[in-house]
Amino acid sequence: MSSDSSKAMQPETFEFSAKNQKKFNTIFAKYPKGREASAMMPLLDLAQRQHDGWLPRAAMDHIADILNLAPIRVYEVATFYTMYNLAPVGKNHIQVCTNLPCWLRGSDKIMSVCKEKLGIELGDTTNDGKFTLSEVECLCACVNAPMMQINDDFYEDLDEDSTVAILESIKSGVKPTPGPQNSRKGGEPEGGAKTLRDSKEAN
Amino acid sequence: MLKDSDRIFQNIYGFKGSGLKTAKSIGDWKNTKKYIAKGRDWIVDEIKNSGLRGRGGAGFSTGMKWSFMPKETGGRPVYLTINADEGEPGTCKDREILRNEPHKLIEGALLAAAAVGACAAYIYVRGEFFREGEVLQRAIDEAYAAGLIGKNSCGSGIDFDVHMQMGAGAYICGEESALIESLEGKPGQPRLKPPFPANVGLYGCPTTVNNVESIAVVPTILRRGAKWFSSFGRENNLGTKLFCISGHVNNPCIVEETMGITMRDLIDTHAGGVRGGWDNLLAVIPGGASVPMMPKNLCEEAIMDYDGLREHGSGLGTGAVMVMDRSTDLIKAIARLSKFYAHESCGQCTPCREGTGWMSRMMERMVTGDMAIDEIDMLQDVTKQIEGHTICALGDAAAWPIQGLIRHFRPEIERRINDRASRLSGQAA
Repeated sequence: MSSDSSKAMQPETFEFSAKNQKKFNTIFAKYPKGREASAMMPLLDLAQRQHDGWLPRAAMDHIADILNLAPIRVYEVATFYTMYNLAPVGKNHIQVCTNLPCWLRGSDKIMSVCKEKLGIELGDTTNDGKFTLSEVECLCACVNAPMMQINDDFYEDLDEDSTVAILESIKSGVKPTPGPQNSRKGGEPEGGAKTLRDSKEAN
Repeated sequence: MLKDSDRIFQNIYGFKGSGLKTAKSIGDWKNTKKYIAKGRDWIVDEIKNSGLRGRGGAGFSTGMKWSFMPKETGGRPVYLTINADEGEPGTCKDREILRNEPHKLIEGALLAAAAVGACAAYIYVRGEFFREGEVLQRAIDEAYAAGLIGKNSCGSGIDFDVHMQMGAGAYICGEESALIESLEGKPGQPRLKPPFPANVGLYGCPTTVNNVESIAVVPTILRRGAKWFSSFGRENNLGTKLFCISGHVNNPCIVEETMGITMRDLIDTHAGGVRGGWDNLLAVIPGGASVPMMPKNLCEEAIMDYDGLREHGSGLGTGAVMVMDRSTDLIKAIARLSKFYAHESCGQCTPCREGTGWMSRMMERMVTGDMAIDEIDMLQDVTKQIEGHTICALGDAAAWPIQGLIRHFRPEIERRINDRASRLSGQAA
């Protein structure tokens, strides 16, 4: 979780939009009767997406009402998982992986390029609200290290130049193409797959 | 090298797309009904005989796990829970299955459900895999639309639902009982066992929890037979396996290989060798962050399977091979892993909650040599007090990398401490 230091930003109330309320049926249909609490994490995610990427206290209280639970049951979940932001974040949440496989392949450089290019330190948000820079634990794209996640997308096989290009592109309002930033498609070795070049039915 | 025709994951690189048509073209969903009709005992026996061991890290026999599921449940539903909360540093195989071969997973789920009598499967995908979740959900929708799952799945007479649930960034939810807690809408804190999930799992009902790779290989094993799968590898270490080779190699990649391939062959044949050549190798962590590292001399002959790596005081874990060449500051590498465990401890058990933070702070001091020699022994002693004294294995996982470092590289640690001491005394003089 992010820190809960933004009391001034807390809205008085929270309601799900009509569009999001329509998603409730699909969400609740997944769980047996009487097990609606299972919908808590999907609802927290839905609320966060609706509320510019962070979860105000009012949204948690509203979800507690929907699920007929004590608010503390929602707070304890919202504060346990790192993906719930309890304070505002920038429009583009840049999360650079610095765990071992990324570090071995130069994540320190990627992090310093991000700091330099955005003019902020780790955990900060740019004044225009466009970028927040975070460090993140292993995102499991290790054979495509170093990598970072920006909102919902992974940007992989980074070097300093491609990192700069990605940030510049976002600044200019164009979403960069996610995935490996070199010639790879996915987890195959660079320069082309040595196996499965002619894959067929294996069964 | 394993022949392409013996690779279960024909589309692991995603060259063909992930839809149902592609899946069928590589053999998924072929005669699924026929294998369900052979009955739960047949499926369980076939998987037992194949020698498949859980691919999530612990390596417990999948068929055996299924055989523990009660046949009489007193009217309680039975659930299959699939662990797609991939998070072990170095590991990125389940992600490739989710986004490139989702139908293998869904078909495997149906067959596994038939084996344990489950009415539904919950696939718990780590929250950061948002795009992978989109692909999986599309595949689930396709499978429903084609009648492959849902009412009378594949015409088998079985009603079976598949639901996807997204996590929200907690490594600990990869522990099976924490995953169940999370699915129930709670913080992911592991449960005390017993009772085991096979008796009291999700919603208090019998539940089996399997890793994505373990489930996704089931359809092919049933089609080609336990004999075929067990023809790869050696006793107790059978079959093929996805390996993720990362770090200081020329071409990091994912590859499916036979169990028992040598570490050197795996790295040289598939990952283009160690950067700067084999002699530039310093150490390898062969099975994800939670297993101890192996120095180069042990890597020479190491065999990539459960027993082969255990012989060298390490483990196969998830099959995530992290290669470190001679430019690596190994102390810093392990300090980074210690920081990871301190971040991910769920806070429930005191030895882990306090210990992971303490070990991480000690490791940070070790990086600069700001430590007394006898503190190495104290650190070793504390790792032993954490290991085995917590509800789940996160405490062990945090302890082992440090133990591996001290076991193999103690002279390096002492050198760093002494260098700093002499630097300081030089300044003083």
